[in-house]
Amino acid sequence: MSILGRLTPEALQHGPLAAIGLVNVAIAGAVAALVVVGLLSYFHLWSRLVGGAKWLWSEWLTSLDPKKIGVMYIVLATLMLLRGVADAGMIRAQQVLSVGSSHGVIPVDTFQQVFSAHGTIMIFFVAMGLMFGLINLIVPLQIGARDVAFPFMNSASFWLYAAGMALINLSLVVGEFAATGWLAYPPLSELAYSPGVGVDYWIWSIQIAGIGSLLSGINFLVTILKMRAPGMTLMKMPMFVWSVLNSMVLVAFAFPILTATLAMLALDRALGMHFFTSSFGGNPMMYINLIWAWGHPEVYILILPAFGVFSEVVATFSQKRLFGYKSMVWALGAITFLSFTVWLHHFFTMGAGANVNAFFGIMTAVIAVPTGVKVFNWLFTMYRGRVHFNTPMMWFLGFVMTFTIGGMTGVLMSIPAIDFQVHNTLFLVAHFHNMIIGGVVFGYFAGITYWFPKIFGFKLNERLGRYAFWCWVIGFCLAFIPLYILGLMGAARRLDHYDASMGWQGLFIVAGVGVMVIALGIGFQILQMIVSVRARKQNLDTTGDPWNGRTLEWSTVSPAPFYNFAITPGVHGRDPFWAMKQSGHVRSEAPKYQDIQLPKNSAMGIFIAAFAFAFGFSLIWHIWWLAVVALLGIISCLILRLTNDDTEYTLTAAELARLESKNSRKGIRS
Amino acid sequence: MSKPFKIVAIVLVVLAAGVGKFLLLNGHTIDVLMPKGTIAKQELDLLVTATLLMMVVVIPVFILTITIAWKYRATNTKAKYSPDWDHNRAIETLWWAVPFMLILVISVITWKSSHELDPFKPLASNKPPITIQVVALQWKWLFIYPEQHIASVNLVELPVDTPVNFVITSDAPMNSFWIPQLGGQVYAMSGMSTQLHLMASESGSYHGSSANISGQGYSGMKFIAKASSRHDFDDWVTSAQQSPSVLSKAEYDHLALPSQNNPVSTYTLAQADLYDGVVMKYMKP
Repeated sequence: MSILGRLTPEALQHGPLAAIGLVNVAIAGAVAALVVVGLLSYFHLWSRLVGGAKWLWSEWLTSLDPKKIGVMYIVLATLMLLRGVADAGMIRAQQVLSVGSSHGVIPVDTFQQVFSAHGTIMIFFVAMGLMFGLINLIVPLQIGARDVAFPFMNSASFWLYAAGMALINLSLVVGEFAATGWLAYPPLSELAYSPGVGVDYWIWSIQIAGIGSLLSGINFLVTILKMRAPGMTLMKMPMFVWSVLNSMVLVAFAFPILTATLAMLALDRALGMHFFTSSFGGNPMMYINLIWAWGHPEVYILILPAFGVFSEVVATFSQKRLFGYKSMVWALGAITFLSFTVWLHHFFTMGAGANVNAFFGIMTAVIAVPTGVKVFNWLFTMYRGRVHFNTPMMWFLGFVMTFTIGGMTGVLMSIPAIDFQVHNTLFLVAHFHNMIIGGVVFGYFAGITYWFPKIFGFKLNERLGRYAFWCWVIGFCLAFIPLYILGLMGAARRLDHYDASMGWQGLFIVAGVGVMVIALGIGFQILQMIVSVRARKQNLDTTGDPWNGRTLEWSTVSPAPFYNFAITPGVHGRDPFWAMKQSGHVRSEAPKYQDIQLPKNSAMGIFIAAFAFAFGFSLIWHIWWLAVVALLGIISCLILRLTNDDTEYTLTAAELARLESKNSRKGIRS
Repeated sequence: MSKPFKIVAIVLVVLAAGVGKFLLLNGHTIDVLMPKGTIAKQELDLLVTATLLMMVVVIPVFILTITIAWKYRATNTKAKYSPDWDHNRAIETLWWAVPFMLILVISVITWKSSHELDPFKPLASNKPPITIQVVALQWKWLFIYPEQHIASVNLVELPVDTPVNFVITSDAPMNSFWIPQLGGQVYAMSGMSTQLHLMASESGSYHGSSANISGQGYSGMKFIAKASSRHDFDDWVTSAQQSPSVLSKAEYDHLALPSQNNPVSTYTLAQADLYDGVVMKYMKP
């Protein structure tokens, strides 16, 4: 075997996908450059452009500050959102044009890679990235902590996510991606039917990112349980923290299943084992059970933090306490528990039998109860409040409308006999986009808009935010209502071609227009970012509390200093900052500062991720010597880091006092 | 929101709705909503019942959202403002209880319908059922009629008002066997034999397809399900029994090779246990 394994010059893409890949790389590069330039100009570093790279390295890439890690997560997730939407555009273009005698714009194999990549990217690299980004930004601030429990592990998690992302994008240029759908069901994903490297790219990009997610989940679980400010008992935690706690419990229980399942599929493919093959005692149905035992909780991993965001947003913009706090906590707990009891509803059609199907159908419908309770509690938070229709609140209202429809179609599909007729059709596709876009994406957009001033010190432009909102809502309706109808017309998902006599083309065109309207919305969001940065002086948040907030993150200045709080706040109830404002004790008169310990920067996370990338790449291409080297590299990095005792530094009380007086004098860095 | 933008948005929606409606009404079928078989009919009834039941929650949520958000808008200073009012046991109990009752009703429906419409359950009828064995191949459907000693590719003929027992397997990646106007789908898996019991109530040609991605030729895995009178069905069987093509083991192995968009064809069946052989192929070590 060659020293480069399966990797030959032919692996370089020459087809239309290569062109698409290059366009994507170009878009990503341009946006990344824009972001870097934006950050540079924002921090007045033009004069030091030469040192820009060094600055990026020391201020951002190697930083262990969860706020900076959070920003990096969101930047990468946004780049991947652009790729995911580009993929969606290609899917729609193909389905609009590939009718009857015409076979559309892209070959079948490419089309199948595109929709597989779309799903994989949107879940693992967009939704998960935005979620961990928001959690990093806000959870430590909301619990009155200066950091996460394991700051280095946090950086390593982020870089593993970045490594997975690099790998999945590399498949555009070197080799190919899976053509099996985003969950790569065997036996299609086994060597017998998918001998190329596509499925291996799928396995290793999400395996590496998934391990990052698992580590992050454990990290925030411990952070929330162990690092809350004195006085903040569990039942005094902000609802966002509660939702993240539940989500991280799910991560800790679900992601190991994913890791093990992917590992078994990888063993099948690389070493000819038979966990999931059709023959030799393998069992593809086992894979389908396992992947959904992870996959269903994954949906709730994503949606719970979005619920948390809405709980904060609705209370703040209604200027009222969150209604039914205890109900909300119990509802979260119920959803968390139930989410592990419903995975079989993803394959009622596999023939498990009436009793089994009915049980899982009922458990699925039961989840609608706590979810409905949450919706009613949000509505009654607005009731007798003073509702301000800022952009985050608009996202909330859009969410209630779309999510209710999605919830309804979800309950319909929980009835097995109905599911038989709509399973694996565009009806199903419409349903889960209803939940993921209307729930998860709208929630994260609300969260990003809401907390943006806390991280950057100025608010985002409201008007452009509203334009983006309307484009997303209208685009969403145009893109997905036709899919419900198409599903009922008998259109299965993932079709690259259909007969003109089916009469589907018109609805596909409408859906395609919807994608364009959503793309316009994203355009407005990018414009919003540019305009807001340029006009930041008019939107400065000089108080640290731009929305008349309720929770601790608003008690510190904006942008939040790297140490979050000069003095660890004491908590006596829910909505502690609101209580402080009500009683007039916002900040004590003569604070007594103490020395604080903060983690030093570390590049080890980057090195580990680089080795993990090499490890994944070598396993994809069967370059065994490189796999051994990369694995040894990861182990060496871990030993080096873990035997290093010099990982923290002291911020002295005097220095802290100086920084604080600077903050209070300037109000904010402008 | 600025006015021109609003107008553009409204025009866009109306235009899209118009185009959609025009194309929809152009004589095309919405298969799931236009059932031609007893199972599909019952599944549609279920869909309608469940949708109406869900309206009990959906409509109040929509009305409450809009009215509450509007009434308590910040500019409406006349509305009551109680910033610390954050719980009320009675109404919270109400919205744990109402959805719970609704789900209870849905659960009963789910339990009953899962058993009544279990695809593995034979259908009651005064007519004797016919058995059709289905094999998903790369990328075509093979239908074997063991009692009639015939087979067909990408065409399944069946008599109306007669229960059809489909037994389904795959000699290919997993597929999902689906004739929406006759009833819901079931997976076709290699080494497994699943069942689907359907009965057409009207003569006609219905679309059948695979609903699960199975590789390159997936979108071409379509077939015609043709329901006709007993007389016409028998005629077709007779003509198929005279087909010059014979489906032997060798011919099957040839047919099972990957190919796309195969034309409809019929065979006489040379080997009665062909289907069992296909299933057992994956059981051997």
